[in-house]
Amino acid sequence: MTTAAVFGICGALAAGLGLYGVIANPQPLRKILAFNLLSSGVFLLFGVVARRGTAAAFSGDPVPQALVITGIVVAAAGTALAVALLLRLLQTSGSATLTAEAAVSDDTVE
Amino acid sequence: MMPVPAQVLDAATAGGALLVLSIFVPVASVLLAFVSGGRNVERIALATLPAGLAIAVAIAMAKGQSSASLVYLVGGWAPPLGVALRADGLSVVMMVIAAVVICAVGVYARADFRTPSKLAEARAPFTFWILLLSIWSALNLVFVAGDLFTLYVGLELLTFAAAPLVCLDGRAETIQAALRYLLFALLGSVLYLAGTVLIYGAYGTLDIALLSQRLRPEPVTIIAAALMTVGHLAKTALFPLHLWLPPAHASAPAAASAVLSALVVKGPFFIAARLWFDVMPHLPAPTARQLLGALGAAAIVFGSMLALRQVRLKLLIAYSTLAQIGYLFLMFPLAFGSGSTSHNGIALSGGMLQAMSHATAKAAMFMSAGLIYAALGHDRIAGLSGTARALPITVLAFALGGVALMGVPSSGAYLAKDLLLQASDETGQWWWAVVIQAGGIFTGAYLVFVLANALAPASEPVKLRASVPRIQETAALALALCSLFLGLFPWETYLIMPGGNPPNPLTLKALVTVVSTLLAGSMLAIFLARWGHPLERLPRVGGFFLWASPLRRATLGLSKIFERVDSITRHWLAAGLFLLALTALFAGAIGAHAAGLSDASPPGISI
Repeated sequence: MTTAAVFGICGALAAGLGLYGVIANPQPLRKILAFNLLSSGVFLLFGVVARRGTAAAFSGDPVPQALVITGIVVAAAGTALAVALLLRLLQTSGSATLTAEAAVSDDTVE
Repeated sequence: MMPVPAQVLDAATAGGALLVLSIFVPVASVLLAFVSGGRNVERIALATLPAGLAIAVAIAMAKGQSSASLVYLVGGWAPPLGVALRADGLSVVMMVIAAVVICAVGVYARADFRTPSKLAEARAPFTFWILLLSIWSALNLVFVAGDLFTLYVGLELLTFAAAPLVCLDGRAETIQAALRYLLFALLGSVLYLAGTVLIYGAYGTLDIALLSQRLRPEPVTIIAAALMTVGHLAKTALFPLHLWLPPAHASAPAAASAVLSALVVKGPFFIAARLWFDVMPHLPAPTARQLLGALGAAAIVFGSMLALRQVRLKLLIAYSTLAQIGYLFLMFPLAFGSGSTSHNGIALSGGMLQAMSHATAKAAMFMSAGLIYAALGHDRIAGLSGTARALPITVLAFALGGVALMGVPSSGAYLAKDLLLQASDETGQWWWAVVIQAGGIFTGAYLVFVLANALAPASEPVKLRASVPRIQETAALALALCSLFLGLFPWETYLIMPGGNPPNPLTLKALVTVVSTLLAGSMLAIFLARWGHPLERLPRVGGFFLWASPLRRATLGLSKIFERVDSITRHWLAAGLFLLALTALFAGAIGAHAAGLSDASPPGISI
């Protein structure tokens, strides 16, 4: 098994675990963590793609590396924003849940 | 969107630098405002509005002079090594509409987001103006981005600027709405990013024009296409992935709701269009396109039914956005005849026109709803009686926005509907014509529902809590009028229009269509909407209610089912499972056809 394949499988595993966490875990903080796991999985795929080197005469393709840095910055910024919102939610309401899904609808006012 | 000849790829055009300006000017203002702080934020933002509008108009004029796209090569490097910004007709019209809406929102928001005279700096105004400019720059980036990764960056900027707008007032429920929006949007963008990396791995470029020539229907392309498409569906809030939209759009301040509903959801929609029309127009995927249309149709029915069941005006408008998003996705099946791999531009033009008229009309509706809320202290639809007398111009702006959205002659939505119907006629897909007409009727239904309440005489004179500033009413009215007359603009310069004369808006046929749409809409509203006391409202037509009452009870049961489905689909787990299921469905739908093609004959796609 080549290095690229190992990394690819690891990336797929991390992405799968993260995806499960984002969807199935009810706590927002865990969703945020799972999102980071999911992103890391995708970032690993960038590494794999770079390793395969579509551009000839390079040992590694530099473009995916440039892309993945941007991706990491974006993911970090998203995480920071989400955590900030979560902290503020905890401060204002005393609980940090997303469970008001059904209650926002119309039956409350009438 | 037209195929770009190879030699054009490598040349920057004369107006190309304007594209950079359109992105750079709002960003520079954001930075300047952030540094100077305090009252200067509003001043800088207001100074940027006319500048940005002027840039958008200048781009439109530069584009109008030639049929080729405006191109700018960042740093002078040509793709695939460099990054190109390209503006075709679609980018240009969307940019101008975005500029118009943002300027109107800016004028409107001056009254709501003014720093109080006692304070040096207040949080909400400071944040609002900075985020408004960020959204503008992100939208312009999305409209002119020439490669998949720049689109990703633009999309993320858009999300990060939009999510905090939801919770400007800092109440717990709005923070929750913002958090849900952000988390679901992040999930969508990771799917898109995963698709991007797969595409890069397979083809070694992310440039849209290069990819359109290189893409082959092989497994990696198919999976990437499915991932990217579903990522955008989640960010556009197409049914059933709409869990975040109603609370986010309904609980934001009015000016923010207007931007979110009018422009922010158009960003991912625009990228989805780029993907299907520019990146992979040759991918043989009739089933997947029908699936996109089917989701759109479901969104129309579902969003409209729920809009009619709402108690609060802002939630009604939010659900109407859900329905209108569905309308936008009808262009995907209509643009391609069954089995053909070349698209006719008419449906694409229709879809974009619909996006533009929705942007202007929906912003006007949210702005008037905000004024009604501020003046009455509530926005319960049943408590709106007497509003038309107390706030005539506000209600007029709402009504004109709604009428424009419904598609009266001369409005952009009418022209859009006409183009889409023409496309359904040409490609022989009559079922989409039915959906298009039904969409108009549903829009009429919730318009009638709101207006019937607002126009009803009040038992006692309405006491207004606050007077409504004339400038805010004017901004809303101007946008509504803009949407109402969008159909009269000569679009041939920028969009592909059918030959021959444009539809004459003053014929008897057009009149009959409008009247019948309104009548059918009224019937729907009578049966499906949540009236206070339906039997007391129309006391003189008792005979009508003899047979109408059981029917209404039946429709009420139906509405209950829809509400139930809505509360289920808005659970996170359900939405997540829909997300996975849709990804699998799209991959399967494209894959099955591609496999069938390669069995029967070699795919007729040039590499």
